[in-house]
Amino acid sequence: MFDLKGFGDQLLLGALMTVGLALSVLCVGTILGLAGAIAKLSKSAPARFAAETYTAVLRGIPELLIVLVIYFGSSGLLTAAAEAMGHDGFVELSPFAAGVTALSLVFGAYATEVFRGAILAIPKGQIEAARAIGMNRRLVFLRVTLPQLWRVALPGLGNLFLVSQKDTALVSVIGLEELTRKAAFATGFTKAPFTFYMAAAVLYLTITSVTMVGLHLAERRASRGMPGMRG
Amino acid sequence: MSFDLGLVIEYFPRLLSGAGLTVELIAISSLVGICIAVPVGLMRVSASPTLRNLSLAYVFFFRGTPLLIQIFLVYYGLSQFEAVRNSVLWPFLRQPYWCAIVAFALNTGAYTAEILRGAMQAVPRGEIEAARAFGMSTALLFRRVILPRAVRIGWPAYGNEVIFMIKGSALASTITLLDLTGMARTIIAKTYAPVEIFLAAGLIYLAIVFVLTRAFRRIEARLNRYLLHESA
Repeated sequence: MFDLKGFGDQLLLGALMTVGLALSVLCVGTILGLAGAIAKLSKSAPARFAAETYTAVLRGIPELLIVLVIYFGSSGLLTAAAEAMGHDGFVELSPFAAGVTALSLVFGAYATEVFRGAILAIPKGQIEAARAIGMNRRLVFLRVTLPQLWRVALPGLGNLFLVSQKDTALVSVIGLEELTRKAAFATGFTKAPFTFYMAAAVLYLTITSVTMVGLHLAERRASRGMPGMRG
Repeated sequence: MSFDLGLVIEYFPRLLSGAGLTVELIAISSLVGICIAVPVGLMRVSASPTLRNLSLAYVFFFRGTPLLIQIFLVYYGLSQFEAVRNSVLWPFLRQPYWCAIVAFALNTGAYTAEILRGAMQAVPRGEIEAARAFGMSTALLFRRVILPRAVRIGWPAYGNEVIFMIKGSALASTITLLDLTGMARTIIAKTYAPVEIFLAAGLIYLAIVFVLTRAFRRIEARLNRYLLHESA
C-alpha cells in the first residue's frame, strides 16, 4: 500500500516546508503573545481593551477563515497602501507570508493567556525584592520575570505549538506547497488518495512525536534546579 | 479600498443559511463523537492491555494529525478501495456531507475520550471506595458514581472542545460543502469582496461561540448546583 510511486521526496520537501512554517509561527506568535500578556496586565485601560478584543476575536473565529481573510483581504489593503506611496499595480502577500501572519495571530492570542498566567505565577515577593534593590519596572521584567517565565509557560506553549503544527495544513488551501498540498498533488497523478494522505498523516505524526520529545527535554532543562519539578 | 455595507446586508440571509449547516454539522458530529468517546474512554482505563493500546492508537492518530488530512482521508481516500465503493455504505460515503460528519465525529471522539479519561481518573478515590464498600458492582460503580462525577469534572474542558469543533467545521468548505465558510467563499467568488463577507462570517462565528459558551456555563452551574458554595 505504501508504494509512493516516486513522490516520496516531494512529500519530504513538503514536510520541510511544514516544519519551517511552524517554526516561523512559533517565533512571531511568541512575540505577539508576550506583547498581548503585557498589554493585558498593564495599567492602561485602552491597552487592556485592545488585548481583550484581540484574544476574544482571534480565538472565536475559525483558523481557516483567518488564513483566507489575511490572504485574500490583505491584497486590497496593500495595493491601496502601495498606490498611496506612488507604486502602481497589484500587491499581495505570498502564501507563506499570509500563512505565517494568520497562524501567528492565532498562536499569539492563545499564547497571551499562557504568558498572562505565567507572569501572575511569579511570586510577588521576588518582584518586591527587586524593586527594593532599586531596579526599575523594565529591569525587573527583564531580569526577574522574563527568565522565569519560560519555566511556567513552557507546557502551555508546547501544547500551542503542537496545535499550530497541525494548523499549518490549512495554508495548503491558499496554495503553499507544504505537506498536505504535496500529498494532494501526488494523488492527482497517481489516483491513490488514501496512500498519500496516509503517508502525509504518518509524517505529521512523526513531526508531532519528535516535537513531544523535544518539549519534554526542554521542560526538564527549564526546571533544572527546581526541586520536585522534574518530570 | 472601501467597505460596502450594502453587500453585507444583501448576502446576510445566505450567510445565515450557511451558519445553519455549520450548526447542524456540529450538532450531529458531537452526538456521534460522544457515542465514540464513552467506549474509547472506558477502554483507555481498562485492565486489558489490548483494549488500552487499541484506544491509545486511535487517540494518538486523530489527535496527532491535522483535521484537514482526516477529512481528505475519508472523502477522497476511501474511494481508493474497491470494497468501499461496492459496500452498502457507499451511497453515504460518496457524499461530502456524511464524510464531513464521519471525519468530525472521529476527531472529536478522540479528544472527548481523553477529556473523559482525565475526568474519570480525577474522581476522588474515597468516593469509589465508599461505593465499593456498599457492595456496588463495577458496572453499577461506573454508572452511578464514576461517569456522573466525570461528566461534572470534564464539562468545562468539553465546552472548549465544542468551541474547537465549531472552528474546525470551517474545513467542511474544503470538500465543497456550503457551511458558513463555504457560503462566504462562494459569495466572494461572485462579488470579489473578501473583506466585507469574511468579516460578516467571522461575526456570525463569534456569535455562535458566544451563545454556546454561555449555554455551557449555564449547564455547568446546573450540574454543580448541589455544590452550593462552589457554584458561580
